[in-house]
This record gives sequence, C-alpha cells and structure tokens, in this order.
Amino acid sequence: MAFVITGTCVADYSCVEVCPSNCIHPGPEEPGFEQAEQLYIDPHECIDCDACLEVCPVDAIFPADDIPAQWQHYTQVNADYFRSDGHD
Amino acid sequence: MIDSRPFRVAIVGAGPAGMYAARHLLEPPAGTYLDGRLVNLATCPVEVDVLERLPTPWGLIRGGVAPDHPEKKAITRVFDEVVRRPGFRFFGNVEVGRDVLPQELSAWYDAVIYAVGAAGDTHMGIEGEDLPGCYSAREFVAWYNGHPDHSDLDIDLSVERAVVIGNGNVAMDVARILTTPIDVLERTDIADYALAALRASRVREVIVLGRRGHLHGAFNNPELEELGELPGVDIVVEGEDLPGDGEVVLDDADAATLRKVDTLRRYAHRPIVGHPRRIVLRFLTSPVELLGHDRVEGLLASRNHLEHDPATGRLRARPTGEEAVIDAGLVLRAIGYFGTPIAGLPFDDHKGVIPSADGRVLDHGTPVPGTYVTGWVKRGPNGIIGTNKKCARDTVRSFWADAHAGRLPRADTVDAPTVREIVKQRQPALVEYDGWKAIDHHERQSGQVLGRPRIKLTNTTDLVAQARCHQ
Repeated sequence: MAFVITGTCVADYSCVEVCPSNCIHPGPEEPGFEQAEQLYIDPHECIDCDACLEVCPVDAIFPADDIPAQWQHYTQVNADYFRSDGHD
Repeated sequence: MIDSRPFRVAIVGAGPAGMYAARHLLEPPAGTYLDGRLVNLATCPVEVDVLERLPTPWGLIRGGVAPDHPEKKAITRVFDEVVRRPGFRFFGNVEVGRDVLPQELSAWYDAVIYAVGAAGDTHMGIEGEDLPGCYSAREFVAWYNGHPDHSDLDIDLSVERAVVIGNGNVAMDVARILTTPIDVLERTDIADYALAALRASRVREVIVLGRRGHLHGAFNNPELEELGELPGVDIVVEGEDLPGDGEVVLDDADAATLRKVDTLRRYAHRPIVGHPRRIVLRFLTSPVELLGHDRVEGLLASRNHLEHDPATGRLRARPTGEEAVIDAGLVLRAIGYFGTPIAGLPFDDHKGVIPSADGRVLDHGTPVPGTYVTGWVKRGPNGIIGTNKKCARDTVRSFWADAHAGRLPRADTVDAPTVREIVKQRQPALVEYDGWKAIDHHERQSGQVLGRPRIKLTNTTDLVAQARCHQ
C-alpha cells in the first residue's frame, strides 16, 4: 500500500518538504516542476508514514485503500508518472 | 553591514504569488526547502506589508478559481497561517499607482516585491473582436466570481450557442460554468447575480476551439476528466484525426498527454444521450473573423493542419484554406492572460512582464536596487497555484543575497507605524486583515442559511462597509 496524490493537488510541495523517503516528484528543483499539473507519489518508494497527508493544505492525499470514488484511477495515475519518466 | 532594525519589505498584490513571497520572507523556524533540504535563509527579522488593490485578499483564489472547485480554495489556509506570523500586515483597498506610487514604496521600504499578476489578456487580433458579445474569458471568470471590477459586465446569455477560443483550463472552466445544471451552481460561492443570469441562460451548446490537434490540448487532465462527470451535459469530441486505440501518438508523449488522449477517445466513443446541454471539443480550428452587425452573430473559422516548424522543431498549426461559419451569439477568448504595465516600472510589452533576472527587476539590463518581482508578472501567466511557491522562494533568495551584500537602499526607510499612518491618510477606506475577517465572516454566515459556502459581496462599497463592522 502507498499514499496517492489526487487531482486536487496544486503543487504546493509541502509534502515534498516532509517526505522522509524522497518519493514525491517532481520536486521544485526537478525538471518538469514548472509544467506539472500535479505531484505524484512513487508507490515503490513510499513507506506509508502519512507525513505528506498531514501537511497537504488542500487534502489531496489519500491512502491507496481509502480513495474517494471520484479519484479511484489516481493510484494508476501516480504509478504511470514514474513508469513514463523512467524512474520505474 | 546590516544594522539591527528589521528589514522592511512591501509586497504588491495579495494573490498566491505575493502570499508565497510573504511566507518565505517570514520564514518558519523549520526553514525553506532548497536543494532537497530545509535551510534557514532568513538571518534577521523581517516586517512585511502586503498592499492589495481590492478590499479582499487571495487574488485569483477568490477571483479566478472556479466556484465548483472549492477544494482548491483550501490553499488559503496556508496564507491565513502566514498572516498570523509576527511582522505581517495587510493593507487592502490600496492601489499602487493611485494611492501610493512605486517610487514612494521604494523610499519607504528596504525592498518592494511586485506580485501583481496579469491584469490583461491576449487578443486574437481578428476582425470583429470588439463587437458586443465577444469577451475575454478573464472578464467572464472575474464576473461569475464577483470581482468588483467586473460585477457589472453585461453578458447576454439569451443565445443558444457560445464559442470558447482556446482549450486551456480557463476555457474548460467557462465551458463548464456555462453548462453546469443550476442546482449544482446553487451550492457554490458563485456571485449571486451570475447565478441569476445563468438560471435564465438559454445557452445549450458550447463549442471549444483548439488551434492544434488532440495531442496538444492545453487543458490539464482533471479539468478534461471532470467534463465527463457533468450531469445533463453531453461531451462531443470531434475529429477524424483523433488517434485510434494503441496507435503510437507522439514519440515523446508523457503519461499526462497519453492520459488526455485516452480520455478524449473515451468521450468520442461514448454515445450522445441527447442531454439538454452539450460541450463540443473541436480541434485544428482557428478563428478568422467574428461576424455580425451590431453584435456577434457568428464566427468564421479556419480548419488547420499540423506541420513541423523548422525553427523550433515543434508542430505548429497552419490553415488548410478550408473555412466555415459557426453561428454563435457569445464568443469568449481564452487564449491567455497578459500583464499590464505599472507607471514608473520597466515593462516588456512583448511578453507582458516586468523584465527581471532571478527576480530582480531590470531596467535596460541593470538591476533596480531593492525592487523584485514574483509570480505571473515575473514569469508570465503559466503554471498552477504551487508553481508560485518556488517562484517566490527564488525571488526571496535574491532578496537575502542583496540584503547580505548591502545592496538594499536602506537610508530613507520609514518605520511601520509611520507607513500605516500615511497609507491611512491616502486611503481612508483602508481594509486591514481584521476588516477582511469581518467580510469573510459575514459572507460565510450569509451562505450558511442557504447551504452555500459563502455569498460574496461584489462591490467595493459593500466590502468596505462590511470591513468596518469589526471596529
């Protein structure tokens, strides 16, 4: 299980600042940040600590097994970001 | 050398750009996120005054974000927290260029950060653009969000078809607001007069025109996907050039682009139910001319094809020569915001920004001491809310570098009580943060009775009157 960022994300990156496993991308220094429509959690790197969920100012982050119906497909969306980016 | 008094900084504009700049100047003890770790940039105390033209703060969070996106407006929590930090003041209803001048701010403060956004918009540059019935999406958005400058916009919604030029997120917002069932809008903080106008609206079809192809839609995924969830609205995706399933679309297409194409394909295959309203996404089409005698009656549009631009290596749209008329009584151009100059400051007319390097304002290539920009007036109208956080951080880094190097003009700086006194003299209807909280409280309370998040006050007189209620 991992945490998942949904379509509410505004890329405020408070989550990146507190993530102990550096699994949220693109961070502000990384390529693609300026163009990003949201940030994503790498499901293979996430350690389920919920630090991100606590600090998200727009409540965009959910545990993978408790995502509102509207955002169900975001588990895949988060995973796909890392696949296409060559991080997988 | 840095003397012992706090640095005094003015920020012009209380939108996300300005508020993120305030947040970085009034750095929390944990520090600023930089190169993958938290570091302390603020080495001495800072006092920040945010000057805002409107009596209300938060810029496009209040005046731009669509009323049916309340979850995004929650970002104001971050700004409310900044306001509580020692050294912060909000001066609302104070216009730079009218009540105070840029050169005065430069004298009164050690540094000034301009975060004024983009108050204008890109024009199409075609015949008929000035006909009544053609507006910028920026104006329309400001109107339905109750922006005091646009609350009297006379939008005629007695027409059956509207055309939106451009297919970015603003285009998606206006298409959605024009078609969303009224009972959904009744639960939002949309301006009351806009709710009344939309209740009487006869608009049945909104055609959204994109200059380039399906792979180049400027919308983001969430905005495209929520169209498909609108109750009572058919989504029509036109275009024989929509790539088929499994077809290789672009060698370098990223996950976000592929997902957009998938969504478009899904819409294209969905049966048209015959709902009362529809949104048509039309691609490879550009406006050529607006038609009509004393108001917009239609639009002459050109069919485009894509070709490689040898200069940039990117695909660009070129007219095929095939043209057709679309009957429409309302045309909204959503092809981008554009900055407007501030008298007394350099301006790049071509890009619509204040020229800068690392956030330092440049006058003919030379930094103007103690003068900075952040947000859209620095980098142009792009990105989402959080893009402005990094942008502000980088500007604040330049500020600290200059502060430490003794490059700030500190000789004539005026202390905090004196500045407030002058500002209050210039604008007796000054609205401070307590005043805004009184407005906020009143709006929320009026909304609560009707099951709405708030009912906005939409003109300056009412806002100022309500702000005085806290006294």
